[in-house]
Amino acid sequence: MSNDQYILAIETSCDETAVAIVKNERELIANVVASQIESHKRFGGVVPEIASRHHIEQITITLEEALQQSGLTMDDMDAIAVTEGPGLVGALLVGVNAAKSIAFANQKPLVGVHHIAGHIYANRLEKEFEFPLLSLVVSGGHTELILMKEHGSFEVIGETRDDAAGEAYDKVARTLKLPYPGGPQIDRLAAEGEVTIDFPRAWLENGSYDFSFSGLKSAVINRLHNAKQKGEVLRNEDVAASFQESVVDVLSTKAYQAAKEYGVKQMIVAGGVAANKGLRAALQEKFEDLDTELLIPPLHLCTDNAAMIAAAGAVAYNQGHRAGWDLNANPGLDLEMYGARKRPE
Amino acid sequence: MNILAIDTSNYVMGVAVVKNGVVAGEYITNIKKNHSIRLMPAIDQVMKETGTVPEDLDRIAVAHGPGSYTGVRIGMTTAKTMAWTLGIPVVGVSSLEAVARQGVFFNGYVCPFFDARRGLVYTGLYDSQMELVKEETNVLMEEWLHQLKALRKPVLFLSQDMHVHESMIRDILGDKAWIPDGPYQYARPSIIAQVGETMNPDPLHELVPNYLRIPEAEAKWLEQQGKK
Ligand SMILES: [Zn+2]
Repeated sequence: MSNDQYILAIETSCDETAVAIVKNERELIANVVASQIESHKRFGGVVPEIASRHHIEQITITLEEALQQSGLTMDDMDAIAVTEGPGLVGALLVGVNAAKSIAFANQKPLVGVHHIAGHIYANRLEKEFEFPLLSLVVSGGHTELILMKEHGSFEVIGETRDDAAGEAYDKVARTLKLPYPGGPQIDRLAAEGEVTIDFPRAWLENGSYDFSFSGLKSAVINRLHNAKQKGEVLRNEDVAASFQESVVDVLSTKAYQAAKEYGVKQMIVAGGVAANKGLRAALQEKFEDLDTELLIPPLHLCTDNAAMIAAAGAVAYNQGHRAGWDLNANPGLDLEMYGARKRPE
Repeated sequence: MNILAIDTSNYVMGVAVVKNGVVAGEYITNIKKNHSIRLMPAIDQVMKETGTVPEDLDRIAVAHGPGSYTGVRIGMTTAKTMAWTLGIPVVGVSSLEAVARQGVFFNGYVCPFFDARRGLVYTGLYDSQMELVKEETNVLMEEWLHQLKALRKPVLFLSQDMHVHESMIRDILGDKAWIPDGPYQYARPSIIAQVGETMNPDPLHELVPNYLRIPEAEAKWLEQQGKK
């Protein structure tokens, strides 16, 4: 018997069917992601029912691939982890029921994981955590600043009051008639453009770490509309650069101020928008004069994957968290409440 | 052969363990409660009480639809994943056929159906040998009933959603319509096991629900493509 611990995890909260295996909390030994992006492109966004249909088509194929990649069998697993929320309910249900089936058939412990806890823990596959730490989570559905004082505890110190940053990217991209998904397209265009338009930045009240992007989104749409009426030609590259500058300025400044106020050892950037080159560059520049270590995961760990669920699930498992056979998908699962769940003595 | 049968395709949830043709245990509920929360505890209970451990299973049979999209997926994901991890075959059985078999002794046609909202039903027509006389379809109930009337034969109607359509059935079919009491209106998971025992197993990775309907977004998209 080896003393190594293996956690198999499943993630199906949106449009990726993903399975991964992590060894001893931090070592990634299998990571399979079946993306549906091509199927959703024609609709200009993720269609929940179609996402659920793809998940059930892919789930056992993805599981098999992950096991093959690892060279292990189900007998070697110590526990099965799965994203229980938040996310699209129909999509989550496929992962949750698959995880329950594997755990039941192999008599393994089952652990439910919060998707955002996963995004944060993706970084621990690269670098050990040092507490206290802050995480800036930015994705299509989330813009949050989360303080962690220890493993498994999450305090949301700031969050968006309207649109998530990724949502604003998608809407602006649609207005510019860029193909779905729009975020990476804007990032690419922004790199070729110049900041020629001074778009608003929502700082909100003094000392607040909350965000708001709906005003900015409207400002971009209005500016494009006015230009069109006046027959003025705006370069898409410049619009993208100006919009991105505004988003990235707010995100990096608030992250910087929070890092200083809470005296954190690490600032972890997580979620799909962490792949954004403009954001990465701005954060690196801002954090140069701080002792806080800035951690940005490699691209394949920024977007949705199951490695992050295995990493967070391993910690939850070792802290004693267990789910019953009645585990359900929870599309509105709250991060702080998830972290505060009572653990067995 | 030890078979685990699962049905969550509609409000009726069923789990059965059938051992060498003997129904060892069967659990059925007809309540509007979440299948995702209740399915695995039900499987756990039926397996425990029948003294069955997962390794004892030789095959899993599952109702593959039609029905509620989400409901069908809960049962199918469970059946498919469990069969995969246990390395045993899985078979998908029609949710309509499972209901139709409650009328196997009826002398005439058997019409199982599930309500699909806005006047639509999922349905099909079976003869007393349980052969399909009319393919499974998603159709307006009114239109379907006129098709059945034209056959001029007694039809036994079976459905958990009988209350939604009963008066129209009686109006259109008159004395050709037969509607039995409650206990005959629901699919039994042991029947799914019985049907699944003789069928050829499905290629596991390819087993998907029989939705009988494409997603709304896809239908709209196809319509737009047609206009271009
Ligand atoms: Zn995500």
